[in-house]
Amino acid sequence: MTTEHLDGNALAGPLAEIFSVDVTAATGRCASCGLSGPVASLRVYGPAPGFVARCPGCDEVVLRLVRGPDAAWLDLRGAVSLRVALPE
Amino acid sequence: MRWRTATLTGVREETPSARTLVFDVPDWPGHLAGQHVDVRLTADDGYTAQRSYSLAAATAFELTVERVPDGEVSPYLTEVIEPGDRVEIRGPVGGWFVWRPENKSPVLLVGGGSGIVPLMAMIRARRQAGSRAPFRLLYSLRDPLRRYYADELRQPDPGLDVAYLYTRAAPEGWARPPGRILLDDLAEGGWPADFEPDCYVCGPTGFVEAAADLLLALGHAPGRIRTERFGPT
Repeated sequence: MTTEHLDGNALAGPLAEIFSVDVTAATGRCASCGLSGPVASLRVYGPAPGFVARCPGCDEVVLRLVRGPDAAWLDLRGAVSLRVALPE
Repeated sequence: MRWRTATLTGVREETPSARTLVFDVPDWPGHLAGQHVDVRLTADDGYTAQRSYSLAAATAFELTVERVPDGEVSPYLTEVIEPGDRVEIRGPVGGWFVWRPENKSPVLLVGGGSGIVPLMAMIRARRQAGSRAPFRLLYSLRDPLRRYYADELRQPDPGLDVAYLYTRAAPEGWARPPGRILLDDLAEGGWPADFEPDCYVCGPTGFVEAAADLLLALGHAPGRIRTERFGPT
């Protein structure tokens, strides 16, 4: 990848449109290589036409997010799971 | 999370190309040091442009914006907007690249260029909370004219050490030759890895990757290195 990328921190605002918890601090697990880490550490390309977040370990796509005029599309097939810390 | 209206109330010049904008945001819920907001501008014809900016202050709603030539948003924020003008904002957002005052661990802040902004919020939050967590800041910048928060960082702040790493031009008599951040800079200006400091690295992508790799090489645990990359604004 030679294109300049950002990281998962940039997804905080767009994901806050959908979720009430902060997803960037959640721990995700890559479906391709199994690496676990915060969503904030993903390599993010975008924002147009949508965000593509890739695993920093294997560069496979973990998450895709497209915002249309009246809906958001979130593709999480590259993530096995998301662990979201919650208060007890 | 909804968009809110922010009204500009004041401006502070930081460098010839950057300024701090102070906004009034009714019912601002407060934020953690390191969080950011999305700023949205709408042109008369309905065209919108959106960028993320780190919050610079501990409590107040302040953004420090560097003018990027040919940028879509930053030229307006650095040259056009005047007190009384309004923008739309969404935030605060981001729960990963944050420092909480209850955290007592040593902290290493590594900032490149405008990547200093969220780190300055952490320094200010530490001071405001009366925290005694020891902080070290390594601030990499092109030349002395690019220094943000120059007066404030010159003031003594017990428990905070500041080192400047100039990449192009250093003040006369400066011991370190100008150049990009090196292993020695982090070894000398940072904390030993066995102190288990929390490391926060923010700046342009290339800077962040280089600094994070050097911290890993010095033995810092990946889980203690938090990074935030800045893109063109």
